[in-house]
Amino acid sequence: MHQFTIEPLAGTGNWEIAGHNIAFTNSALWMLIAAVVLTVFVAGGMRRQLVPGRWQMMVEFFTGFIDDMLEANIGKGGRKYLPFVFSLFMFILFANLLGLVPLGIVGVHPFTFTSHFTVTGILAVLSFSIVLAVGFWKHGLHFFSLFVPAGTPWPMIPMIAPIEFISFMVRPFSLGLRLFVAMMAGHVLLEVLSSFVINGGNGGLGLGLLVGIPSLVLMIGIAALEILVAGIQAYVFALLTSLYINDAENLH
Amino acid sequence: MEPEAAKLLGAGLAAIGAGLASLGVGNVFAKYLEGALRNPGAADSQQGRLFIGFAAAELLGLLAFVIAVLLIFT
Repeated sequence: MHQFTIEPLAGTGNWEIAGHNIAFTNSALWMLIAAVVLTVFVAGGMRRQLVPGRWQMMVEFFTGFIDDMLEANIGKGGRKYLPFVFSLFMFILFANLLGLVPLGIVGVHPFTFTSHFTVTGILAVLSFSIVLAVGFWKHGLHFFSLFVPAGTPWPMIPMIAPIEFISFMVRPFSLGLRLFVAMMAGHVLLEVLSSFVINGGNGGLGLGLLVGIPSLVLMIGIAALEILVAGIQAYVFALLTSLYINDAENLH
Repeated sequence: MEPEAAKLLGAGLAAIGAGLASLGVGNVFAKYLEGALRNPGAADSQQGRLFIGFAAAELLGLLAFVIAVLLIFT
């Protein structure tokens, strides 16, 4: 489908690292846009006024939200992960929301880069490697006791440990896959419904009324649902990241 | 049966998994709401766990979708 194709915008010729072309694609462009919009949004709220204005309230709502989440899931030591989890959450949230902005009516087609597994996979590997780094830094080789839950009777250990190991290693995969599939499925659904509207409208007045109008109504509802999903998926990503960090920070 | 037809049938069957996951997600929210109405004071503190359960139930439906996509496009 056209909305998921990655097109190089610049540097197809000789931008190379170790033999691989690193052309500036539309995916990279929208990542840059998301980063710039996010920077402007946060910078606008960092005026530190005693009586915060609307913008500052908005930014402080998000920082407070992530701070509360880390406090609830990790405890006192969670504060130091706030910059990472906050950036992760806001970057994914802005990426999801920017992909839904209806700029198509003015001819610019937004690209949802979170609907590609390469991007979400890298984000998931990033948070997973932070878990590994924190775990081995704080607990050393004792971190491997994560695979044996507290209070396991010793005959069960040979059975439980491999299961825990697999469930641990699957984490980055499921984390990236969830975000990628949720965003892609939503956009595919909107595309299918819009093709119903367009083809129904082209099929004559009867088909247009019978198929086009209900599809359009459904599409408006699904678009609202997609905004909700964009928020929920960003929240779930940050929530699971904080849970995984909790495993590394406070080894049971 | 031709392999291509079998693939498409398998992709259609994978949609059952997505439907079953919707039951799971509905169950998660229904039970949360039921508990929250019985004890509204404890509801807010359990919201994180609500979304963990939601994420776990949803992932299985998304995996069914991935399998359908893999069957159709590979």
